[in-house]
Amino acid sequence: MITILKSILVLGILGAVFGAVLAFAARIFHVEVDPREAAVREALAGANCGGCGYPGCDGYAKAVAAGEAPCNKCVAGGAATAAKVAEIMGVSNDGAEKMVAFVPCSGSNEAAELRFNYTGPEDCRAAMLFGGKSSKMCTFACIGLGNCAKACKFDAMHIENGVAKVDRYNCVGCGACVDACPKSIVKLIPESQKIMPACRNMDKGAQVMKICKVGCIGCMKCQRECPADAITVVNNLAQVDTSKCIQCGHCADICPRHIITYFGK
Amino acid sequence: MLTNILAISLGAILTNNFIFSQFLGCCPFLGCSSKVDTAAGMGLAVVFVMGLASAICWVIDTYILIPLGLAFLETLAFILVIASLVQFVEMFLKKSVPSLYSALGIYLPLITTNCAVLGVVLLNVQNNYNFIESVVYGVTGGLGFMLAIVLFASVRERIEFADYPECFEGFSICLISAGLVALAFMGFSGMKIF
Repeated sequence: MITILKSILVLGILGAVFGAVLAFAARIFHVEVDPREAAVREALAGANCGGCGYPGCDGYAKAVAAGEAPCNKCVAGGAATAAKVAEIMGVSNDGAEKMVAFVPCSGSNEAAELRFNYTGPEDCRAAMLFGGKSSKMCTFACIGLGNCAKACKFDAMHIENGVAKVDRYNCVGCGACVDACPKSIVKLIPESQKIMPACRNMDKGAQVMKICKVGCIGCMKCQRECPADAITVVNNLAQVDTSKCIQCGHCADICPRHIITYFGK
Repeated sequence: MLTNILAISLGAILTNNFIFSQFLGCCPFLGCSSKVDTAAGMGLAVVFVMGLASAICWVIDTYILIPLGLAFLETLAFILVIASLVQFVEMFLKKSVPSLYSALGIYLPLITTNCAVLGVVLLNVQNNYNFIESVVYGVTGGLGFMLAIVLFASVRERIEFADYPECFEGFSICLISAGLVALAFMGFSGMKIF
């Protein structure tokens, strides 16, 4: 009994002494932290997605408080968070353009010809080890094994019928899928950009015809008919100049391969 | 006395290196060794904490625990000491060396659970070291840890540019090279000093 009492007493006193020393040291070694840093950290989305380019939300909050980072980098929080952060920092919010992920490939299982039947690990990088960078005939195509979907923390990326599809409602534009895609297919586009050709094959038209039902054949129809001259065909592939595009959706209607995606509807 | 201290030092740094022979403190060894600068900082922090912990734990053990017949509380009391000490070092670094503080990041609080620190104070008791021997063993044990982590960080910096099979990329090549460095240190293990 006496041993138990002694143990409790000794450990209790030790703990109290150390606690007192630490409390004293906390006073001596007190460091002034910018109160705005904590406030900014509170305002952020807190997903630690790394979309801002800083190591986690804490790192970004610190950079903002130090005046090294702009207020609108928190992609997960979007415009609302940018406004809040700008208010804390007392600067004007220069309006962050929200970005969303986009997969420029429509080669679903029915549309794209297969080169071989891939039954290996469900991982795009594993599938890339086989020849041709994809199990599909098209070397530019999305492999569709979902590395992007696994990387997405916001349930915005799904594999549908062998090709990655973005849920634009859920997407916050953090860019995790861009980094996860071993073929660098996924890219970020401004949310206001409603038109995008969903193909990246640069082969000649006749070759594309053979391997994919929904590949851009470089027929130039969109380039000719675009009222704003925003579409050009470079390397047999239609490309949209987002600065000129007026988002009319005409190209999407006339594309004979139905690969120009129009998000406006 | 002097030969004894020399034997303890060489033993702690080389033959009984905490990481490579006793396998204590492997977590910061792998986690904090991607850059030589960070590794050296982590090593210094461990030297500091291990030396100080050895001294304070020896005093507490000899003048409080043993006279009261509470030697069985050693592990518990030592954990308390180390935890407070690390807190203290963290505050000190935050105030005095902020660059080192931010470089060490989450690894500094990890020293609290670094088994090398707890290991050294328990080994001091086990080996019946006196005060000076304990401090020497703590500091040189920390130096051994620092030697190991800096050596390994240098190896890892060179691995960055090495041409190794792609399937070993990342942590696996790191573990393999850690094993090879440990093998090299095994060469010391047959040596008997004095």
